Amino acid sequence: MLEVLQYEFIRNAVFTALIASVACGIIGVYVVVNRIVFLSDGISHAAFGGIGLGYFLGLNPIYAAITFAVAVAVGVGATSKKLGAREDTVIGVIWALGMAVGIIFVKLTPGYVPDLFSYLFGNILTVPRSDLIVMLVLDLILVLTVALLFKELLAISFDREFAQTLRLPVNLIYYILLTLVALTVVMLIRVVGVILVMALLTIPAAVSEIFTKRLVHMMFGAAALSLLFTLLGLWLSYLTNLPSGATIVLLASAVYFSTLLYNRCAKRK
Amino acid sequence: MPNLAVEIEEVSVYFNSKCVLEGINLKVLENDFLGIIGPNGGGKTTLLKVIAGLLKPTKGSVKVYGKPPHKSEKLIGYVPQLNQPDLSFPATVWDVVLTGRLNRSNLIKPYSEADKRAALEALKAVELEGLKDEPIGKLSGGQRQRVFIARALATEPKLLLLDEPTLSVDRRLDTKFWEYLNELKSRMTIIVVTHDISALSKYVDKIACLNKKLYYNESKQITREMWMEAYQCPVDIIAHGLPHRVVEEH
Repeated sequence: MLEVLQYEFIRNAVFTALIASVACGIIGVYVVVNRIVFLSDGISHAAFGGIGLGYFLGLNPIYAAITFAVAVAVGVGATSKKLGAREDTVIGVIWALGMAVGIIFVKLTPGYVPDLFSYLFGNILTVPRSDLIVMLVLDLILVLTVALLFKELLAISFDREFAQTLRLPVNLIYYILLTLVALTVVMLIRVVGVILVMALLTIPAAVSEIFTKRLVHMMFGAAALSLLFTLLGLWLSYLTNLPSGATIVLLASAVYFSTLLYNRCAKRK
Repeated sequence: MPNLAVEIEEVSVYFNSKCVLEGINLKVLENDFLGIIGPNGGGKTTLLKVIAGLLKPTKGSVKVYGKPPHKSEKLIGYVPQLNQPDLSFPATVWDVVLTGRLNRSNLIKPYSEADKRAALEALKAVELEGLKDEPIGKLSGGQRQRVFIARALATEPKLLLLDEPTLSVDRRLDTKFWEYLNELKSRMTIIVVTHDISALSKYVDKIACLNKKLYYNESKQITREMWMEAYQCPVDIIAHGLPHRVVEEH
């Protein structure tokens, strides 16, 4: 089985899985405990607008996606606060808007847009070396920021109001967290695509939560699970000749529901 | 003359156009132990949030030790009402109490030894040091309430604000809890919002009634007029023996 590693695209896929899993583990945990799953999904769909714009301008779509995702992450919070609109409604609107912008730019782009499908549903096997480096840099930023702000992020995730009475810059830290979510989402788009991003952001964290009682442990667990899902999913897709992104998500979801069931039974005893 | 811990002048709070607090004036002296009672929806939690700096009043001014609450550093220990916390949150009791030590000056730095000592002291004060490594979600409501009190004490506040602290503490611990607060008042000013009028009568120095407006005469007595105004109806109150009388003789 190991002989497949001699192909560069397989090696890149394994590296991608590794890098993305670190991000998934750390940020997925914050997404789950802060209940910002819907916001994160909105960010990922809005990032599609960036991908379209990237094609249109002839840029690497990943850079345009990063810009879009970060702008949306910070913009949603600011819009709902300043204009007094309900946050989940704003997310819903921006979600659709991002997709619409993406589709229009893709249509306006002259010629054939080659791997649009891989952005929608992900293809871990087509990640080029240059994107791997971008992802590695994003990973470093992420790990460093979370390491520095770990205790503040915990306080804000657990009880935002109390953190505010301590005069912490609660809003600033929250926006930093949303920016990190945006970076992670863009990374994951490469692996499982816009439509399936949420599976890798939520399932490893949710499964890990059941077996751990501290935030750090939950992160390690989530990262390990995410790596397991991606590599095992990739292998299964290789055996069955099914799309890799969807296979990864199927596997992760199966584990998620089995764990819930197991947990339920264990509690009854 | 002792220092003024809290000074509230003509404070009104409106949510959209609904008036929640109207023309509140309140002076709390340093080391006072003030109890605030009032009907549900009377604005007790809102007033506490205004003092904690979590809510900007629509009108009027609030000062905590001479400064607006959002500018006073390390002065306020806030114990929020216990409402449906996230029971699966992955943190231990110790993690939660330590967050009380956070402030602007230790941003991005690790907790110091002094922080850990203060957190442990606070946990001992509420007699929960044995549960230090338990996940917060495994605790009973009363225990969790005490963790929140420890978290507030860990900030080493000069003003302790408690919102319905005994709502989920079981009766047996109740008396202990109030006696403990009573000891604390030599070190800090305490404002407590509660329904537990019998405890108030025993331990608190001063009582105010709140129902949109504040009825307060800087004493432990609630006059019949204050009561009628606050609750809008005559209420049967069990007046305990004279030592703890809060309601004037009637």
